[in-house]
Amino acid sequence: MPTYAALIYGEDADWGAPEHAGQMAEYAAFGEAAGPVITGGAALLPTSTATTIEVRGGKGGDLVTLDGPFAETKEVLGGFYLLECADLDEAISWAAQIPGAWHGRIEVRPVLAM
Amino acid sequence: MTNSNDRLGELLRVEGGRALATLTRVLGDLQLAEDAVQDAIVVALERWPRDGAPANPAGWLTVTGRNKALDRVRREGRRSEKEEAAVRETTPGEATSPSGSAVRDDLLRLIFTCCHPALGPDARVALSLRTLCGLTTEQIARAFLVPESTMAQRLVRAKKKITLAAIPYRVPADHELPDRLPAVLAVVYAVFNEGHTASSGDTLLRIDLCDESLRLARLLTEVLPDEPEVLGLLALLLLSDARRDTRVDPVGDLVLLADQDRSRWDHRQIAEGEALVEVALRRSAGDPGAYQLQAAIAACHATAPSFAATDWHQIELLYRHLERLHPSPVVSLNRAVAVAEVAGPSSALELVDALPGLDRYHLWHATRADLLRRLGRDADAAASLRAALACRPSAPERRFLERRLSAVAVATAPGSDPR
Repeated sequence: MPTYAALIYGEDADWGAPEHAGQMAEYAAFGEAAGPVITGGAALLPTSTATTIEVRGGKGGDLVTLDGPFAETKEVLGGFYLLECADLDEAISWAAQIPGAWHGRIEVRPVLAM
Repeated sequence: MTNSNDRLGELLRVEGGRALATLTRVLGDLQLAEDAVQDAIVVALERWPRDGAPANPAGWLTVTGRNKALDRVRREGRRSEKEEAAVRETTPGEATSPSGSAVRDDLLRLIFTCCHPALGPDARVALSLRTLCGLTTEQIARAFLVPESTMAQRLVRAKKKITLAAIPYRVPADHELPDRLPAVLAVVYAVFNEGHTASSGDTLLRIDLCDESLRLARLLTEVLPDEPEVLGLLALLLLSDARRDTRVDPVGDLVLLADQDRSRWDHRQIAEGEALVEVALRRSAGDPGAYQLQAAIAACHATAPSFAATDWHQIELLYRHLERLHPSPVVSLNRAVAVAEVAGPSSALELVDALPGLDRYHLWHATRADLLRRLGRDADAAASLRAALACRPSAPERRFLERRLSAVAVATAPGSDPR
């Protein structure tokens, strides 16, 4: 059976904040309804927590770290990994080994703890 | 009275920074630790003038701060039980009087967290001044001429990112240092440059960013005494800052290096900077970094008896090194200035004209203008000065360029007496 990623685009919000409880309840309802087909997923923290990295000069090249989300328009979202790491440094060190880091850019964003 | 108040304020800033570093580790939360230190400082301001400062001020602030944090956590009651337990479980002993090397490690953690590359450059600077220099948000905002609310937002956002993205509170491993140290040094240098070139605002009210950058650089040499670039940076700041009082005249106009009163340079600071450059260069064993090279250049200037008697050969050589290490048209422009003294203005002009991408940089035009004037091409010099003015330089620089322009314009005016 084919697997599909459903990528959610919307407001740059802190989904853990009380004012979004209504929307989160909607998501919970969806999660229940779609339970049989969902194999994974996560809410992301707002882009103010994002770090974008790039490895210049190919694999093992110079790591460039920038505060903020990926903001170019030419490249498109091509895939993602969920990385369970001790801290941002560990996440960045793994992200820098993803081929996309030298073929494009990797945005590292923490996942909302549920 | 004012003097003893100043001393107390100074003591609290230094020791408060140390207490903050330890409490951030113990409490695991920078904001909570900051509030705790603030609370402890309030108590200290009340008690120390009366009872005298304790033997270990940082230890006292740490213990008092930890207790205040406990109070806060209990009062707020909105932290998770886990967090509350973690704060409660920190034994006073652990926080009481951390040994010298433990304080050093805590300070390093704080430095590397505040200067983490995942934070924006502005945020790193603001956070370092807040935590490591103990400046208030209002003071930092005033120093950078932004509204206090803007600065407060910047700080809050940075601290939130540290927590939410889990930027670690740890000292980078030795193999990570080459990647992480430049960001730390850049923060200190950015603070210095902001202070060094500050030309607007009420200087009386402005926190002296040069002093703050020196404080940060000294702190770095204390915690990373073996890094040649750290020594090089402190040396560079000391040597540049030693000339500070002579760079502008009493009405705020620029005074060129050639015209500065060298007897008024801070010779004690120059001696310290010069000694540091030597130590740093010895440590780096023939492979000096950019700050060391810039410091060595500053030392050449600072120790020269006069502009004419400056060792321009050495300076030109050092700029060559710097060009190889960090090729940039601005570095080459500086080398060209040295070339003018060594080989004359026409060789320098050739170099300057060959530099790409500087036509919007006022100092490129101003340098060309000076070389052209020395070659007797006053009309060309005037054109270059006008181009420099069109780049919208700072007010003192503008006045300087205008004076230069009227001087060459007089010389080129028809019927004027050629001198």
